[in-house]
Amino acid sequence: MTLDLTQFHDAFFEESFEALDMMEASLLKLDLGAPDAELINTIFRVAHSIKGGSATFGFSEIASFTHSLETLLDELRANRLQVTQAISDLLLKSVDAMRDMLRAVQSKKPIDSQRVADLQFDTEMILAQRNGAAAQPAPQASAPVTPAQPTAAESANAGSAEAGASPDAAPQATASTPETSERRWKISFRPYPELFARGNDPLRMLRELAELGSLNVEVDLERLPSFDALETQNCYLAWTLELCGAVDESAIRQVFDWAEGDCDLSITLESAEPPAEDLTNYALIAEFDAMQAAGGAPSYAPVAANAAAPAAPPVDTANAAPATNAASAPTAPPADSAANAKDTPAAAPASTQSPARKPEPTVSAEPHPAPERVSKSETAAASGIGDSGSIRVSVEKIDELMNTVGELVITQSMLSQLGRNLEGPASEQFRLGLAELERNMRELQDSVMRVRMLPISFVFSRFPRMVRDLAQRLGKQIEFVMTGEQTELDKTVLEKIGDPLVHLVRNSIDHGIEKPEVRVAKGKSPTGHLRLDACHRGGNICVEVSDDGGGLDPARILAKARARGLVGPNETVTDEQACELIFLPGFSTAETTTDVSGRGVGLDVVRRNVKELGGSIEVRNDPGRGARFIITLPLTLAIVDGQSIAVGQQNYIVPLISIIESLQIKQGSLNRIAGRGEVFAFRGDYVPVIRLHELFNVEPRSRELDEGLIVIVEGDGRRVGLFVDDLLGQQQVVIKSLETNYGHIDGVSGATILGDGSVALILDLPGIIRRAGAGARAN
Amino acid sequence: MNAVTTSETSSGAEQFLTFVLGGEEYGVTILQVQGIQGWDRVTPIPNTPDYILGVINLRGAIVPIVDLRRRFGMPAAEFGPTTVVIVVKVVNERGERTLGLVVDAVSEVCSVGAEARQPAPDFGSGIKTDFVKGLATVENRMVILLDIDRLVSEGLLGSLSTH
Repeated sequence: MTLDLTQFHDAFFEESFEALDMMEASLLKLDLGAPDAELINTIFRVAHSIKGGSATFGFSEIASFTHSLETLLDELRANRLQVTQAISDLLLKSVDAMRDMLRAVQSKKPIDSQRVADLQFDTEMILAQRNGAAAQPAPQASAPVTPAQPTAAESANAGSAEAGASPDAAPQATASTPETSERRWKISFRPYPELFARGNDPLRMLRELAELGSLNVEVDLERLPSFDALETQNCYLAWTLELCGAVDESAIRQVFDWAEGDCDLSITLESAEPPAEDLTNYALIAEFDAMQAAGGAPSYAPVAANAAAPAAPPVDTANAAPATNAASAPTAPPADSAANAKDTPAAAPASTQSPARKPEPTVSAEPHPAPERVSKSETAAASGIGDSGSIRVSVEKIDELMNTVGELVITQSMLSQLGRNLEGPASEQFRLGLAELERNMRELQDSVMRVRMLPISFVFSRFPRMVRDLAQRLGKQIEFVMTGEQTELDKTVLEKIGDPLVHLVRNSIDHGIEKPEVRVAKGKSPTGHLRLDACHRGGNICVEVSDDGGGLDPARILAKARARGLVGPNETVTDEQACELIFLPGFSTAETTTDVSGRGVGLDVVRRNVKELGGSIEVRNDPGRGARFIITLPLTLAIVDGQSIAVGQQNYIVPLISIIESLQIKQGSLNRIAGRGEVFAFRGDYVPVIRLHELFNVEPRSRELDEGLIVIVEGDGRRVGLFVDDLLGQQQVVIKSLETNYGHIDGVSGATILGDGSVALILDLPGIIRRAGAGARAN
Repeated sequence: MNAVTTSETSSGAEQFLTFVLGGEEYGVTILQVQGIQGWDRVTPIPNTPDYILGVINLRGAIVPIVDLRRRFGMPAAEFGPTTVVIVVKVVNERGERTLGLVVDAVSEVCSVGAEARQPAPDFGSGIKTDFVKGLATVENRMVILLDIDRLVSEGLLGSLSTH
């Protein structure tokens, strides 16, 4: 991974965690009986975004996990699968798993792949079961309670070569005793040399153990080679540990969870009460065996999974639950019990036997405290890492702050005015204080302004790599060009524009640009072109993603839309309207879904995000020759780099980005066209001159061209020279809407409040050019 | 009509802020008044009707300033020390807006009961009384009650976008 990409990791993690919170909230809101389609869409989008992001950054484990999750969600979204408690539980667990995976990646620790694999397996099982459940709903519901138990255990054992502990072996297994008792554990921890290479840190584990109770550590240097033979990256040490405390074995094992498979580990109890065995344990063990069989032997999945469900009732009966309870248990979907039980053996394996490569399933009567404790400490660790000194603040708060600062500036300038006229012994000191205040004020204002602005390159710079990787993967040749990276925009806009752009760029690469051979066959150059442009235009921010690929096929889009019922069979739709259809949720024309794009969520999300910002998105289609997606965002949130200009008594702001140059010209270099329009030669072009004082009807300081300045500006692709009295300073200004309390004014895109509290209008150059053009024709 | 003092007004009494404009006294519902401030420099907006003096910065918001004298077709007067801007909030079909009204001077806040009010008289087509809500008698003086919501929807600001 290059440095280039890693700088965006933080943003990705931040966004993902936030998205996961949202997904969790949506899941919790999800009504099992009548799930809200919008909620499912939201959940789906989160999974999709995380998938996209992690694929971009090369976190393949997360991408793969979210991909299967997405498949499940797609089934839910299409109503092919009902949202059951089991699925809802599974999804919530997946949220936890994704969070932990992200944390692990973030803190550069190994991912708990066992847990991920288990969850992924559960997900796939539900998907597989969709067919099975549909085929035989009746037998499942009326499955006989008692006979099922032995069968379940048998099939579980038969199904799993790994499930060592058969029901008979259960008495040997240790059940955990109540937590309160003090116990002494002897732990022999002998890591394999490659332990470090897997990212494990024995010191961390020892520290964690020390938190569980009083720890006595003895290091075994036996394997330490002579200094010459010492390989710094290998682990030669081994430890014998004695831990005293009210802990159960699962908690200890949890510490070594990540090192599992990279060490010889044995945990023995030195002093403890004899394990309490009863029917409950027996039954639970039987069930866990079945679980283990289900988890350990995927090829037997259907058998094991079915076995798992009927195995559940004995637990109830063993707990002396009412018979009705037991009878109702089998109706619970098999996946439910599988999913519920699964985290227990995975998270809390406990055994007195010497270590095995796979944890032996044993019973912990209190499986919860241990995992909870661990997840807490993980959270603490993660928050320590994730806390990179950035916080998220709502725009309103910053707006409020900015307004207050603006007021302060006015008060301060008023005081300065007063201070100048002050006389007396203390006046000099007063003036010094005022100067200090003024300086601090300016800094404060600058800082508040800076809080919000970032160049769009923040978002853009992740694309070259992404394009390259994707192009390589899809066997396409793509030349990627970006312009306008320095266009500054509001941080909130910036944050939200990232995802839509990723979607658009991915879409262009995946669906837009053809493979080289196809391009050649069409008479194009084998290399496709992809452009990403940003600019301030017409008082808006414009971001364009354009390619010279195949473009959109209106006929195909329409056919698809009709097939999906998005368009009635008799509705007539123009080509442009057909192109708009791609923004509808659940629309995708890709024949196969890939993990690049093609589930039809992309454009739906894009439009939603853009709309949230008060912007719009349109597509310009040129069938066979490419497509352009144009995102227009309003300025209300944005800040513009402005050049103050003076005309008479008035100051105006011209967006710096549209200024090409400023120059002074002589009266003689002007030419008149038909005695009216003035033009002058500028680098071989005749550029019309607009006298701003005429247009805005203000009294200028001078009407003589050589006493003022010509500012060459560009708008809507046309160049004009604005005749103004003077250029003042350049500054970044916050755009305030005139329309809130007033209305639209041609030639003005908004207003801003200057440092002295006065209002200056921001010119809308395309508007001015249009106005002037109209005026010229009208004359 | 008999004089009704403010203290005698009973139910239905509404409070008005009264101000002077060309020797006449006008009133606006106090609930719509956001504040009163001294006249200060405004930033003119190009190509707007002459009664739109420009915009000011009101605690971070851009607020248009309307010269009520010109709006009512009265002769323009020099802005003096008593000239103030009454900031009002108006609600119309286009939402809520804040604007400032320049008046010669503010006078007082008074309660006007329903019995002290009269509908606006009809002067025929020559004089526009659309934004007059009614007339009230306060301590033997006549106060013209303005419907400032109407004032705006009558095209004060609305017409500007048709430029």
